[in-house]
Amino acid sequence: MGVFDPVIELTRGLGETLRSFLFERTVTYQYPEVKREVRPRFRGRHVLKRYENGLEKCIGCSLCAAACPADAIFVEASENTDEKRFSPGERYASTYEINMLRCIYCGFCEDACPTEAIVLGDNYELSFTDRRQAIYTKDSLLEPVPASEMLTPRKVDSGVFTRSVPEMKDPTD
Amino acid sequence: MWLEWVIKGFVLCFVLLTGFAYLTLYERRALARMQVRVGPNRAGYQGLLQPIADAVKLIFKEELTPARVYKVVFILAPVLTVVPSLILAAVIPLGTSFMLGDREITLYVANLNVGILYIASIASIAVYGIVLAGWSSNNKYAMLGGIRSSAQMISYELSLGLCFAIAIIMSNSMNLNEIVFAQRDMWFAVMQPVGALVFMIVTLAEVNRAPFDMPEAEQELTAGYHAEYSGMKFALFFMAEYQKMIVICMIAATLFFGGYREFWFLKDTFLSVDQNWFLGPIYLLLKVIVLLFFMIWIRATWPRIRYDRLMAFGWKILLPLSLVLVFVTATGILLAQELNNQLYYYSIPVLSIISAIVAVAFIYRDLRRKSNGRI
Repeated sequence: MGVFDPVIELTRGLGETLRSFLFERTVTYQYPEVKREVRPRFRGRHVLKRYENGLEKCIGCSLCAAACPADAIFVEASENTDEKRFSPGERYASTYEINMLRCIYCGFCEDACPTEAIVLGDNYELSFTDRRQAIYTKDSLLEPVPASEMLTPRKVDSGVFTRSVPEMKDPTD
Repeated sequence: MWLEWVIKGFVLCFVLLTGFAYLTLYERRALARMQVRVGPNRAGYQGLLQPIADAVKLIFKEELTPARVYKVVFILAPVLTVVPSLILAAVIPLGTSFMLGDREITLYVANLNVGILYIASIASIAVYGIVLAGWSSNNKYAMLGGIRSSAQMISYELSLGLCFAIAIIMSNSMNLNEIVFAQRDMWFAVMQPVGALVFMIVTLAEVNRAPFDMPEAEQELTAGYHAEYSGMKFALFFMAEYQKMIVICMIAATLFFGGYREFWFLKDTFLSVDQNWFLGPIYLLLKVIVLLFFMIWIRATWPRIRYDRLMAFGWKILLPLSLVLVFVTATGILLAQELNNQLYYYSIPVLSIISAIVAVAFIYRDLRRKSNGRI
């Protein structure tokens, strides 16, 4: 260590900050205008998925509510009929509520779901001004239908949608 | 007659208050760029209205007065800190003079013949505000911040005074106007570069800026002496600190960097303040901006110095160094005048740079001793 090392080191430090002041590009995202891409496994607001034919994947089994460590999910199931069919199988979720103030975004509901109906999406812009608004109902969670003629509930032929859990091609999947 | 001074005083206060507001923006933006961020750029074009937003927020914030504070002192302390930082600027010449009708309007509020003494005394009054704030808050962190501040001020004010002495010796006057005028041929920073450097270091300690911001060391003392303050009272401390930064940069510019005067080699061109009076404030503003940039730059770069080392640095390095500098300056000027040989003027920068190198060597020795565990 030379005599001038302290001074040299201090000056080098100054040079470093000056370099970033003059030449380095800022890493800031101008947030509301520019949004950052989320990672593929990002856990944001929940989405209730649909099949390609427009039927809801959720069958109202309440396994997500059981798995939820924060007790944020409330599910109430009702019977499907072929006249008014929401989802394949016997039952569907007539009420599906998530209290976003309780949710910890752990993703256990995703894991518990037998039909992969509930998925943590990429929306992180949750804001509400009172506690009522924090409870997200089924209308706001449900994914929009792929096309306008595929709305639920709908009248279907009897005997088609009997299985509530889809048959898997590869059981290990 | 008196109206002129009133108007000048108001204008100066207004300039300082606005300057303070925009200094905060300047600092935040510059600091952000050094940290590869953008900084506040939302309010108004490029964040130019940010200071106003901050002011509105601070004014309307709830002001808490903790239950067991010494109320009178608690309320008085911010005032006592702000006022000196405002009136410090009164003696600083901002330019030459201009004619308004048949009246000559000079660009300073007061032309004190002991201007430097005025600055030295007022600058040290500001520390009372900080100490009293720390003490009246009835909070041990605030108390420690206040004590540190006073100890730091006492240690660094000696070197500050000696740096004033360098400028006084070189200009042969205590009047700031004459000090500026004496720099028309050569800035004192060129004659006495180490003196200017020491002055800058000492002023950093004097305005409690990083790396000497011990009184408000967040990691150790939460916020230091203003830990218990909120709302507008806190804003007053903030204001005082930033105004002192501006004023002390003005003083540094005046004493060592030619004040409102142009570069010495532009003396006889149209860029000279002797030919265009309005260039004076502009030059001073530019110099202040550059000096403030240095302060921000240092804050962005260097970590806070430990308290005992701060004291050791002040007493063991800066004080002897500035004493030597005063001696070197005085001897050089005396020899040059007595022996009528201009060559002796050149001995001042040479000898002072040598003494600075010796000082660096002493710092090195100190550091090595400490790292070897022998104190």
